[in-house]
Amino acid sequence: MPITANMEFFIDATRCIGCQACAQACSECDTHKGHSMIHLEYLDRAHSVQSAPVVCMHCDSPTCAEVCPADAIKRTDDGVVQTARKPRCIACNNCVLACPFGVPKMKTEFKLMMKCDMCYDRTSAGKRPMCATVCPSQALFYGTREQIEEMRPRSAGINQFKFGEQIITTKVNMMKPRTGEAKYVDVTAAMKEQASGKNITLNILDSVFE
Amino acid sequence: MSLAPDSGLIQQFGPHAAYSTGARLQTGVEPDKLVDTHCCFCGQQCGIRLKIKDNEVIGFEPREDFPFNQGMLCPKGVKRYLQGSHPDRLLSAYQRDPREGFRPIAYDEAISRVASEITRIQSAFGNDAFAVLTGASLTNEKAYLMGKFARVCLKTANIDYNGRLCMVSAAAGNKKAFGIDRAANPWSDILKAEVVWISGANIAECAPITTNYVWQAREQGAKIIVVDPRITPIARTCDLFLPIKPGRDVALFNGILHLMIENDWLDHRFIDEQTIGFEGVADHVKEWTPRRTAEVTGITERAIRQAAEWWGIAKSSFLLHARGIEHHSHGVQNVLGAINIVLASGRIGRENCGYATITGQGNGQGGREHGQKCDQLPGARDVSNPEHRAYVAKVWGIDPDEIPKAGVDAYEIFRKIYRGEIRGLLSICFNQKVSLPDNNFVTRALEKLEFFVAIDFFLSETAHHADIVLPGSLQEEDEGTTTQIEGRVIKINKAVDSPGDAREDWRVIQDIAGRLGREHGFEFTSSREIFDELRVASRGGIADYSGITYEKIDSQYGVCWPCRSEDDPGTPRLFEPGSWNPIAAGAGPFYFPDGKARFNVASYSPPTEDVDEEYPIILTTGRVVSQYLSGTQTRRIGPLVDQYPEPRVEMHPRLAEKLGIIDGDLTTVSSRRGSLTLRAMVVTTIRPDTIFIPYHWAGRQSANQLTISAQDPISKIPEYKVCAVRVRKETMNDE
Repeated sequence: MPITANMEFFIDATRCIGCQACAQACSECDTHKGHSMIHLEYLDRAHSVQSAPVVCMHCDSPTCAEVCPADAIKRTDDGVVQTARKPRCIACNNCVLACPFGVPKMKTEFKLMMKCDMCYDRTSAGKRPMCATVCPSQALFYGTREQIEEMRPRSAGINQFKFGEQIITTKVNMMKPRTGEAKYVDVTAAMKEQASGKNITLNILDSVFE
Repeated sequence: MSLAPDSGLIQQFGPHAAYSTGARLQTGVEPDKLVDTHCCFCGQQCGIRLKIKDNEVIGFEPREDFPFNQGMLCPKGVKRYLQGSHPDRLLSAYQRDPREGFRPIAYDEAISRVASEITRIQSAFGNDAFAVLTGASLTNEKAYLMGKFARVCLKTANIDYNGRLCMVSAAAGNKKAFGIDRAANPWSDILKAEVVWISGANIAECAPITTNYVWQAREQGAKIIVVDPRITPIARTCDLFLPIKPGRDVALFNGILHLMIENDWLDHRFIDEQTIGFEGVADHVKEWTPRRTAEVTGITERAIRQAAEWWGIAKSSFLLHARGIEHHSHGVQNVLGAINIVLASGRIGRENCGYATITGQGNGQGGREHGQKCDQLPGARDVSNPEHRAYVAKVWGIDPDEIPKAGVDAYEIFRKIYRGEIRGLLSICFNQKVSLPDNNFVTRALEKLEFFVAIDFFLSETAHHADIVLPGSLQEEDEGTTTQIEGRVIKINKAVDSPGDAREDWRVIQDIAGRLGREHGFEFTSSREIFDELRVASRGGIADYSGITYEKIDSQYGVCWPCRSEDDPGTPRLFEPGSWNPIAAGAGPFYFPDGKARFNVASYSPPTEDVDEEYPIILTTGRVVSQYLSGTQTRRIGPLVDQYPEPRVEMHPRLAEKLGIIDGDLTTVSSRRGSLTLRAMVVTTIRPDTIFIPYHWAGRQSANQLTISAQDPISKIPEYKVCAVRVRKETMNDE
């Protein structure tokens, strides 16, 4: 059964509390028990508790699959990019290096690239993915666009990302302020940008002691 | 008696970190059954569905139907199943052996030994020479039974519980102001509040599911105010962060009330009609000008004014606090200060207008209601009130005079042990050696006991000192009820049988009563029977459970007490206009004879141990998201251990620089009571005058070697959140 077309995945890193419930739950998923496919890291723990969860963005034209010399990475008709197929994967690491979001994991013990498949066993059966179900801050949300628009009136999903000259369209959305006009996130440009917006800045504590 | 070396005990009993193996790791395993129940950790009691195969919990499914958490879980909930079938699980009774540590003995022999030692100590030194310590992770049924066991079977006044370390300041403050001790509102009232005020609550790590409630309020436009000495994950994106100096919360609340009065941000009608005592409090806060408040709290005057304005003009609001304001030698004053700004706003007892303490322990709410507290009888009754004694005595079938008078708090029990006034101890669900402050003293006291019996599922560090260890039950091995963060009574369902000689805790207690020849009143054959007696015992009390049944809990997804009859659906929101309670009897919504809430003067005093030249830095302690309380369970769950393997000393780079410490350095922290060496974590997310150490670890990693045993004079909560330390880079033994 394919994933219901109106069910979508949304990531809102501003909500993330770094608790690791997603990563711990990911390793409970039946298709990759004991292995978490989620990347959850502090951006700069020395200066902030900000953390960012990364699941596979499920690109329309997945770079990982395009660079695979063994044609081991398949995308389902409903848009989910799967873990490499075991009989084909040659553990060359091309996909790991090429993915702009840094998603695939090379499991050397299995000589296999493994990655987030949006809990295909669950989502194709009408359930929510493990990570988005347990996430206590709902930084990871799985539902319809109507649901999220109603619940989060101040933000909206965006699913185009620019890396250099390449624009990638993904199945997974990132939340951005609803008022913004941007058609895509310019990732390479943003890497050099100072964080803006509503964030408790580091100097607040400093200023108390000036 | 001296202890066997710790290393031998650890080899034998752990903590060992367990990981998924066997059926837990295989894919496509069909469980024999699915059991809808709740997480065993923390006061939120999230719904969870356990997967059972061959009498083993092999995993979980999110329980999306349970309204409070709708499938959400924190990492502890996700991995909680790994506490079952654990290599460290106690499968038999043990007797301490001076050479070997512990050796297994027959359960029956152990019970006989316990009974004979209780009899010996009580006949030689009096009934009160034997004490009972219990815990707020026990179900309501067990908590009720423990109180009854101490009073009726052992006839000792000395029973207290680990809620003494957790909820008592909030409880005492709530009783003084409202006449009742329970979250005033369901969490759904957070969602549409205009302002959410969070004081001393690391919500993201200690009550993770509550995060989504706060974020949803923000989506609707709420302003979030966070008061904390650290930029916690909930503070990171808040609208106003007040980086308070630890121990100064009441000063801030008084300063806010001062500004509310100055600007007339008051609900006069509510104050006049629904409260008493405002004038006295208004007079008291006159001296708390913004300037003085800023000086004492370490928060800028501008930020204080901003907070007061947002709070003052809001149409709806929810104030949440937790141990951050409660763990102080003036914890009750802090709570009263918080309640004063709620009452002055008039925003309580209505939809989207709320106030609550965030209960910490699994059954932190229910565990503090049914008589395992030294001064309390079931239904939140008072052991020194003759009418209350008479009612409960009737339920128990004894003479009111047979109920012992109030005993002493958990820490005072250790002082009495140290002085030789208490000679014997039964402890369940309470790892004092990790969780009590100044725990070097606790260890010295434990060594003085003539007889110590611990009921446990793992050999806790405290149980290392036991003479007899009896194997009790994990949460999933028994059924019963707990009362979660909102005052909602929920049902814990049995998923597996206890292994080996282990059995349900209430059976262990009844076996002891039976061997003492006092089985009358301890002949329950199920948790349900205990609950039914609890319902009767609580009837007419403030915490009235008489209308709650297991079936009603199932059909309603929990029942909020008070629930006074079988057709009463329960009371999710307290203090609604026109609501009835047995104390006011219609006079008003609050639990006093006149039905009015009380303003209480909340007076500021500095922490018992302030910094000085010798000990110039403030130590504050707390939790991390992957561990629970003293870690008896969570230090045995591999993936949780890996997430935060050992405690670190959090400090600001400015302090670190002064001390020549860089991130990862071994750092020695000393107080007047002890010292420990841990690695430094240098971060700008903490006040430069304060360091933070999480307390979940034992032995030389235990933060409570440093903490002070100063207690609040009313609630007797220890001052975990402030003591004075010195810090230096450790140059010896650095790898």
